[in-house]
Amino acid sequence: MPKITYIEHNGTAHEIDVPVGKTVMQGAVDNNVPGIDADCGGECACATCHVYIDAAWLDRIGLPATGSNEASMLSFAAVTQPDSRLSCQIDVTAALNGLVVRMPEGQH
Amino acid sequence: MLRQLGWTAAITLIGEEPLPPYQRPPLSKAWLKGEATAESLALRPAKFYADATIELRINTSVARIDRAAKTVTLSDGCTLSYDILILALGARARRLPIPGIELDGVLELRSAADADRLKAALHPGARLAVIGGGYIGLEAAASGRALGAEVTIIERESRVLARVAGRILSDFFQTFHRSQGVTIEVDAQVAALEGINGHVTGVRLGDGRLVPCDAALVGVGAVANDELAREAGLTCQNGIVVDLAACTDDPSIFAIGDCTSRPLPLYERMGRLESVPNALEQAKQAASLICGKPAPTPEVPWFWSDQYDLRLQIAGMPFDATEIVIRGDVASGKFALFHLTDDGTVQAVEAVNASTEFMGGRRIIAKRKRLTRARIEDMSVSMQELAA
Repeated sequence: MPKITYIEHNGTAHEIDVPVGKTVMQGAVDNNVPGIDADCGGECACATCHVYIDAAWLDRIGLPATGSNEASMLSFAAVTQPDSRLSCQIDVTAALNGLVVRMPEGQH
Repeated sequence: MLRQLGWTAAITLIGEEPLPPYQRPPLSKAWLKGEATAESLALRPAKFYADATIELRINTSVARIDRAAKTVTLSDGCTLSYDILILALGARARRLPIPGIELDGVLELRSAADADRLKAALHPGARLAVIGGGYIGLEAAASGRALGAEVTIIERESRVLARVAGRILSDFFQTFHRSQGVTIEVDAQVAALEGINGHVTGVRLGDGRLVPCDAALVGVGAVANDELAREAGLTCQNGIVVDLAACTDDPSIFAIGDCTSRPLPLYERMGRLESVPNALEQAKQAASLICGKPAPTPEVPWFWSDQYDLRLQIAGMPFDATEIVIRGDVASGKFALFHLTDDGTVQAVEAVNASTEFMGGRRIIAKRKRLTRARIEDMSVSMQELAA
């Protein structure tokens, strides 16, 4: 199972095995990792599963397409950065084994 | 939330349905259309409860709360004691007091079991009558069309979404549903449901016409499940009355979600909200107080609905709004409606396929910003500038 590391804003790291087919958001929620709220349950409707993608992974994961729903939602998410993504829009594949994501200070 | 905030004592989760907690929003959409699985519907995987040491008692309801003894008596006769009790009782579908309501094929949509019954009735050529043009009715109509069913919506008011949206939005959704082959009867009273051999065959309207159907979905609003709280002597008024920490008038009892009447600080009044974000916000309020953490900042209420390829997102509530300003082009299917009070304060933003306007709207409403019609309408002014 791909291993994903979620790092809370305070630095606490959670290394989680996430099944292929889940999203990066679900991996956190299913394991009670604090810092990802996912109010809408993964519908790209709320922007509360916002994460920063580790620099080493940004090329592979990419940024949301300009004009996409995700890009629109992120445009007003709390404390965005150039490496911001909504974790409900990233599907977990074997290629993401080792992925590291960081949480923003807050989701609201 | 309690575990995340450091609550280490025992937690027991009691639920009357036969399933562990699941997500309700997909029931009228992905679940009906067969695009969701039981696993994806579950709010948490089964192992979550064990990992977090939460005892799950499903298929069990609470018969009574004894506040003096701090116990709850369960339907199976067991008694549990509590230090803190959280009531997350939800709401139930309002029942219509009309003849024929008990017929087979007369359905409602609140639970997964309801959704399964509706799903079984939706197949190509099946005729579905939807009584009530609210979100549930419209979403079920859209899913029904996707499955090839013939759908007629019967609405008592002069427009769909009359209770929850402004006229421009109602007209847009009405036109869109009709373009997708849905028949909509407005200003239509329902006199009775008619049936043969105990199964519904049609909806008799007040003017005498019959809408023939194989199944009828009744979606005419919801009623707070506050009886348990009432019987325990807690203050209830269109829901269990709580404060901004989701606390009832008993400091050991909290209530969250659709069953509560809660303060709406932005609008300086009380209200009952039927939405997932509201339930989550109140869960956070309660857990914060219980665990001795700072109170969370009040959020702008918001709602969403997916129908066909339309995404409706609503930020705020249009209390006291006297003016509606359109940003974008309604005919293009991508627009937002800003509801302003007399002094230009933005109270609500209804956005159709316009997530930037929705997100910006939330920020504008949270700041209680005032905007002019001209600036909102001017698409050369970005939402970032409007919200700044």
